[in-house]
Amino acid sequence: MSDRNWETVIGLEIHAQLATRSKIFSGSPTTYGASPNTQADLVDLGYPGVLPVLNGAAVRMAVKFGLAIGARVAPQSIFARKNYFYPDLPKGYQISQYELPIVVGGALDILLDDGAVKRIGITRAHLEEDAGKSLHEGLAGSSGIDLNRAGTPLLEIVSEPQLRSAKEAVAYMKKVHTLVRYLEICDGNMQEGSFRCDANVSVRPQGAQQLGTRTEIKNVNSFRFVEKAIQYEVGRQIEVLESGGRIVQETRLYDPDRGETRSMRTKEEANDYRYFPDPDLLPLVLAPSFIDEVRASLPELPDAKAQRFVAHYGLTPYDAGVLTASRELAAYYEEVVRHAPGEPIAAAHWVTGELAAALNRDSLDVTDNPLPPARLAGLLARMADATISGKLAKEVFEAMWASGREADAIIEEKGLKQITDAAAIGRIIEEVMAKNPAQLADYRAGKDKLFGFFVGQVMKASRGKANPAQVNELLKTKLSS
Amino acid sequence: MAALIQKTLAELAAGLRGKQFSSVELARGLLERIEAAQPKLNALITVTRDAALAAAAAADRDIGAGRGGPLTGIPLIHKDIFCTEGVRTSCGSRMLDNFIAPYDATVVARLRSAGMVMLGKANMDEFAMGSSNETSFYGPVRNPWDARLVPGGSSGGSAAAVAARLAPVATATDTGGSIRQPAALCGVTGVKPTYGRVSRYGMIAFASSLDQGGIITASAEDAALVLRAMAGFDPRDSTSVDRPVPDYTAALGRSLAGLKVGLLEEFFDKGLDADNERQIRAALGVFAGLGASLREVSLPSIPLSVPAYYVVAPAECSSNLARYDGVRFGYRCREPRDLLDLYRRTRGEGFGAEVKRRIMTGTYVLSTGYYDAYYLKAQKVRRLIANDFERAFRDVDVIMGPTTPTPAFEIGAKTADPITMYLNDIYTIGANLAGLPALSIPCGFVGKLPVGLQIIGPHFAEERLLTAAHAFQRETDWHRRIPPGYE
Repeated sequence: MSDRNWETVIGLEIHAQLATRSKIFSGSPTTYGASPNTQADLVDLGYPGVLPVLNGAAVRMAVKFGLAIGARVAPQSIFARKNYFYPDLPKGYQISQYELPIVVGGALDILLDDGAVKRIGITRAHLEEDAGKSLHEGLAGSSGIDLNRAGTPLLEIVSEPQLRSAKEAVAYMKKVHTLVRYLEICDGNMQEGSFRCDANVSVRPQGAQQLGTRTEIKNVNSFRFVEKAIQYEVGRQIEVLESGGRIVQETRLYDPDRGETRSMRTKEEANDYRYFPDPDLLPLVLAPSFIDEVRASLPELPDAKAQRFVAHYGLTPYDAGVLTASRELAAYYEEVVRHAPGEPIAAAHWVTGELAAALNRDSLDVTDNPLPPARLAGLLARMADATISGKLAKEVFEAMWASGREADAIIEEKGLKQITDAAAIGRIIEEVMAKNPAQLADYRAGKDKLFGFFVGQVMKASRGKANPAQVNELLKTKLSS
Repeated sequence: MAALIQKTLAELAAGLRGKQFSSVELARGLLERIEAAQPKLNALITVTRDAALAAAAAADRDIGAGRGGPLTGIPLIHKDIFCTEGVRTSCGSRMLDNFIAPYDATVVARLRSAGMVMLGKANMDEFAMGSSNETSFYGPVRNPWDARLVPGGSSGGSAAAVAARLAPVATATDTGGSIRQPAALCGVTGVKPTYGRVSRYGMIAFASSLDQGGIITASAEDAALVLRAMAGFDPRDSTSVDRPVPDYTAALGRSLAGLKVGLLEEFFDKGLDADNERQIRAALGVFAGLGASLREVSLPSIPLSVPAYYVVAPAECSSNLARYDGVRFGYRCREPRDLLDLYRRTRGEGFGAEVKRRIMTGTYVLSTGYYDAYYLKAQKVRRLIANDFERAFRDVDVIMGPTTPTPAFEIGAKTADPITMYLNDIYTIGANLAGLPALSIPCGFVGKLPVGLQIIGPHFAEERLLTAAHAFQRETDWHRRIPPGYE
């Protein structure tokens, strides 16, 4: 396979479930995981005579997103009906936005592996309702329908076909994921399907202007699967083209167990959705004052925050990016720095290093962090004032993590306080010299390499507590005297 | 009973309050009339006798306790398109023959809380698609003036029931003339309010942008009283308009002096039956005598209303009726082999021919490649028609003309040719496309058959229309004529 001869073109359609309490056109709750059909009212069930009423909270969330990506928020958008028959689509049509979506244009920047920044255009984002679910397991040959999800509000975010690799696609998807959680418009829970995407993938010969025929991989709900599915699909398309075949425009499904995509339906089998404006809903008209009010309510956005971290705390763009990937992590970091104002860089290393590792190990979210920021700041302070060494600090951190106690108490209790008393260090050095007469003689005979041996022995004898700089200095004097 | 059926709603309310008769007596008397008329007219699909008597008894208790309003204890019939909790709501279709509505339509709830007593559900064309009440799964309704003739449609059951004095009030709906046309053919008063004036929640959708609930009564005075109770903003219907409902009754006594009446050139065309026209012209003379000034107005785009309507309405219906799939409620075919078979046979067996024709037409006009040529073009025509009306209403206060080209026709006469049937709505469709209020009142007879005069007004001018209609009805007695055999 000669990937170098081919260019990959990817566009993503991300479905973000909006974190409203009730559905987009009915008053039913949107809570995940309730027993089947207990969260579907007559509107969700598409009963004769019922009518949709738009949920204002969903509109506000869509506007927030539009403003956050620098898009145009449409002063007037239209809900349309997408008509097709399926048992989990109660009305026989999905209410979506077609010709006039609420969010038009906009962009997000992603950081590439080589440190370059790439801007990815966003074509549009529109509001729509989710369908229900068909259940095929444990029903002895028949199918069940759960309409709890029917009518759940979705924001479909459509990117331009500007992504050039699976990695870029994942970076973009993560960026959107971060943003929607910053804006508190989506819980981002991918396992529950709150954040999922369809990937449009095609390849073309390097340098070609015209796009190749694309396939659409439906409903992928993890970053890893997106990467693998795209990689597989790109490889498959290149293989087909290089063996003289042609790509069929079709919808494909990713099978994570087999790590491959499979054809679901071709364009010829595709529905004619017969879109037309939904006569039950008036055009959605947004007053400039409303848009201004939403704009004023926006939080500091990830990119702005990262830039501030670089400028204000002197962090690298990479560390700033890691810290700001989650609004909660960034807030935690800033709290730590507030308590340890002199240590922004050490704080960044500890938050992205030890703390992130511990959270990851215990499968904890940063919001469930057992270590309050002031405590971590306390540990940083003890390193800064040379009470403990960096190596021992890790031990203290583990003890703090397990017990939730303060650094000072643990240092005290474990007797980990660094020895900085020159006389005390001198006594340890003398003991070590006494115990190792042969090495001492060799050293004095010119075997300089043994200096390291003595440092190690002194540190060991002090159980790591002796101040290393002082040990070095005193050893030099004593060994040569 | 013979005396009671002559009374206006105000007189009935006074009688109830004065204990001259009770709501239970009134309901019982009408239920007997319904029972007697049913084999002849087939005006009702469901009679809710026990619930009616219980509601009437409750109304009597309220009246006895000095509670309730002007409609407490007054019986009515709901068109079977309005959902009524716990009662079959069939929409005239086999598809919903087994459908017990789990909730009340807003109209039903409002009239219920006003103290009105439902006697039953009126027959109608299937899903309100028809102009003769011949498409009902429950068989055609017959015209009380001549049982060989149609009552009009789709609210044929409502119009026939009020004409035969089976109830003083019947709710109805109007998508392209479905209140006014049967009101005209049955010699009763039918009011289609402004689009958005009456909530559509719980009113089973045919064509959502055109459907409007309204009322059929003997007189404009009665209609004014009921309309006030049923109209108004409903947060459950996004297309209902948040605007206060005036006291329509209070305005009824006003003089018509200076009222500018537009006569629609295009409606007095060769399609209008000459005898019908004579009655309409005579009625216009009555308005002139009341001080109104008459002048001709033209709506150049109005001849396009029928083709535009028969694109827009089927398009919306094809989508609105997609929910009848045999999955959650309503008719389901026996032993479907698979999903496709379930859809095909449920819909094939559950819907009648006219409904299927419109679903297919609507599906076609919305399809890729045809959307622009049909649906979009029809929407543009609709805009032109609305503009025409807007222009006309700068010069005149109301527009008057015939409701229908001819009086009632024979059952079966037009079923073979849908186009001939569709042309029955030629004078009524314009008001739906423009969302305007319009009413039809009886204004004379051709032979034994009543003729309807249509009055159309600008948006939210129901008050003006009712005032004009009431002034006419004070001068004439056409609205008091009762079909022979039903006195």
